[in-house]
Amino acid sequence: MDVPYTTKPRSDTGLYNAKLGIWLFLASEVMLFGALFSSYILLRVNALEGTWPHGLLNIPIGTFNTAVLISSSITVVMAWASLKLGKFNHFKIYQGLTILCALAFMVIKSVEYKDKFTHYEVWFNDHEKKSIRGHIEVPGEEGNPWFMTHKKLAERKIETIKIHPDPKVTVASGKEAHGGAEAHDGHGDHPPVQEIKVADIKRLSAFVPAHSTYFAIYFTLTALHALHVMGGALVMAYLWGPGSKMWKTDPERFTNRIEVSGLFWHFVDLVWIFLFPVLYLL
Amino acid sequence: MQHTTHTAPHETSHEHHHEDLGFWRTYVFSTDHKIIGIQYAVTSLAFLFFGFCLMLAMRWQIAYPGEPIPVVGKLLETILGETAKGGIMSPDLYNVFGAMHGTIMVFLAVVPLAFAGFGNYVVPLQIGAIDMTFPRINMASYWSFFIGCVVMFFSFFIPGGAAQGGWTSYSPLASTIPTDGQTYWLIGMVLLITSSLLGAVNFIATIIQLRAPGMTWMRLPFFVWAQFVTAFLLLLAFPPLEAAGIMQLMDKVFGTSFFLPTGLMVGGQVADISGGGSPLLWQHLFWFLAHPEVYVLILPAIGIVAEIIACNTRKTLWGYRSLVYSVLAIGFIAFIVWAHHMYLTGMGTKISAFFQTTTMIISIPSVIILTCLFITLWGGSIRFNTPMLFALAFLPMFGLGGLTGLPLGFSFADLHLHDTYYVIAHFHYIVAPGTIFALFAGVYYWYPKATGRKMNEFWGKVHFWVSFIAMNLIFQPMFAQGMAGMHRRMYDGGATYSGVLDPETGDVVGLEAFIINLNKGITHAAMLMAVAQLPFIINFFYSMFKGEKVDDNPWKATTLEWQTPTPPPHGNFTKEIIVYRGPYDYSLPGAKEDYTPQTEPNHK
Ligand code: HEM
Ligand SMILES: [Cu+2]
Repeated sequence: MDVPYTTKPRSDTGLYNAKLGIWLFLASEVMLFGALFSSYILLRVNALEGTWPHGLLNIPIGTFNTAVLISSSITVVMAWASLKLGKFNHFKIYQGLTILCALAFMVIKSVEYKDKFTHYEVWFNDHEKKSIRGHIEVPGEEGNPWFMTHKKLAERKIETIKIHPDPKVTVASGKEAHGGAEAHDGHGDHPPVQEIKVADIKRLSAFVPAHSTYFAIYFTLTALHALHVMGGALVMAYLWGPGSKMWKTDPERFTNRIEVSGLFWHFVDLVWIFLFPVLYLL
Repeated sequence: MQHTTHTAPHETSHEHHHEDLGFWRTYVFSTDHKIIGIQYAVTSLAFLFFGFCLMLAMRWQIAYPGEPIPVVGKLLETILGETAKGGIMSPDLYNVFGAMHGTIMVFLAVVPLAFAGFGNYVVPLQIGAIDMTFPRINMASYWSFFIGCVVMFFSFFIPGGAAQGGWTSYSPLASTIPTDGQTYWLIGMVLLITSSLLGAVNFIATIIQLRAPGMTWMRLPFFVWAQFVTAFLLLLAFPPLEAAGIMQLMDKVFGTSFFLPTGLMVGGQVADISGGGSPLLWQHLFWFLAHPEVYVLILPAIGIVAEIIACNTRKTLWGYRSLVYSVLAIGFIAFIVWAHHMYLTGMGTKISAFFQTTTMIISIPSVIILTCLFITLWGGSIRFNTPMLFALAFLPMFGLGGLTGLPLGFSFADLHLHDTYYVIAHFHYIVAPGTIFALFAGVYYWYPKATGRKMNEFWGKVHFWVSFIAMNLIFQPMFAQGMAGMHRRMYDGGATYSGVLDPETGDVVGLEAFIINLNKGITHAAMLMAVAQLPFIINFFYSMFKGEKVDDNPWKATTLEWQTPTPPPHGNFTKEIIVYRGPYDYSLPGAKEDYTPQTEPNHK
């Protein structure tokens, strides 16, 4: 005895079960991301004058990644359409491309993450002094240290560190701060390296979630989105590989599965299309 | 497998036989909605009892502050160590128990029992489906719930104990208490939310897709409608709490400041955080879930009561359509009343006016529902069996809970009553003598379907009457305490504030001794309540083996779950189900009997 309407739509609702299921699931996902977006708005509106960072993300990379995801949205439809036309080989290609796009997205995202984890801001006990952003040198650490904090510096009894300030940017506020990301490309003149006494430091933080509510929401949103990308990619990889055997035994049901996973994928894309302007551009 | 021989309770099974799945896949990792329903029910009944025991220990401390807890004091000290030194409840332990009582009662007991337990067992049967739409997701839902329960339970035993920030887990308090309890709470919650999400998708899809031929929307039993709306509430209201939970977890684990404001002082020092967060954000996200959640707690209960009342008055429900539209209206309005829990946060008068209005509006459909159920009783030939007694008691109890909520819905009255024992009394009238009684009613009512045997009527009635009296003795005095100004969540039950004198006038400005002394009576009533559950527990297990055997339709009811063999086999129905009529065709003029099942064709 099997549950009815797993493949064929029920006539009065016009839906097969999984399609209804995924729409319901996506409704809840809308509420999940909706809550996070609302939190973003509330945090930003409530932020004290000048404390909301701007321009710290790399817009060209972000744009490129957006293009990658949008392309995958096209290939995912093509994969489904190929099955509808009975062209299994085309399906394999398009589905494979979709998965590759997902991987590319993740690789690019992790490069972006890594940049953030090694890029710092220092605030000083002296309130008059503006905070400095840049890369730091810490005695006993090779190259760019990851996840350094003022607490760790104090624990290790380090007395001074060096900072290579980003070009142009030495303020934590307002629109002037543009260019934080470009600093990586080595454009502009680098201001001279400065030596800083740990005793003068109020806070030192990489661009990690604890840096500010901006990075907190940035990482929460993008990491949650990345989890969705990975989940979607895993399912699609399964359907591309071992799961595709079903094409021989029950092609209609297999096509439905591709449609359902495709719907999920569109949602993941859509979330990014909101995320990109909100986090990178605004 | 050795264990296959231990499956006696279900052996009354009928003709139907399936390929043998073995013990583990039949009773543990089952995808059958009935087994999953029973798993949910048993797990949540256990937690209901556990949550109650936590409160008993707390009640002792409230009534007799600083005295060792009798009977279990030593045991607590052995298990928990310092926090229960000498069998005395420490303030930390009080906070742990209080937070976990609320969390367990709401998320691990009542919702899983009312929605997942009864819903899983009854909904597919009532709509004539062979199972849930997604049986494997259903199983995943249970196991995600179960792991969540394990995490919550385990957290009692970690250093520092479980969460202490109240079931509301308001930040910054919850995220700055320096123990790991809150982290476990959040992880547990994420698992529970995942579970209820999977369950909700399944319920909605099942009700939309798997209704038997002829089972039109207006022929659905009211219980199914209630579960349908509940599922939507869970589906759409829980994700914001999940988002909030993730953010609080980030605050706890990664040192972010989502809910921590700039300049926050912790332990006398400025916290070493970025700041910039908003405590109000947590409250909004929390109550955006938690108000709909109260309807999740109550709607399935109303559904159960409606079934039992229709069956035991031998009448159709009065105003079936009004009931359906009311429950739908509640479903929508439930999303726009949440900030009535936040009048004291300094919101503007315009916003407050909006939420006061919506709160008053949502009480209208609730009143309609209650009125319909009351009117149904009129002129019925009522059978006062145990399920019916519990169902009948539900009506005035829920009524009391609802009416006492109105003053809380007005911001000016709420200023005085907010966070006092009045609030505790109000919502417990809804969830304890209200929902819990409805759940007991449901257990007594559907027990014969699940086991083929009835629970003992006499002990059922003893259980009812003693519980009924004890419940009221527990919660009635709390209204008085609250109105006198006794604050909730107080470790010593307000003793610190008793008889405080005004330094200038010399008048008593603290709590009157009378108000404080009510604590003792309440605690004794809670003990009586505990004793009253013994007949139930014994009856529940004893009747499985020795209860009176009954046929497939012992209550002579009309809905589809009674048109199956008892207990229903895998796949539920042994004949093809076609529905010809509405759910409550009782006492039709000219019919052979005083009930006409939904599968009975119209007279030719
Ligand atoms: C007869 C059984 C019960 C008794 C005697 C009882 C008693 C109490 C008392 C005295 C408090 C206030 C504790 C304090 O403020 O320090 C409380 C809190 C609470 N109870 Fe119950 N309760 C019972 C059943 C339930 C049920 C069935 C539910 C839920 C469905 C529930 C949910 C809660 C919640 C959410 C809180 C608030 C916890 C907090 O302050 O964070 N209780 N209960
Ligand atoms: Cu509310």
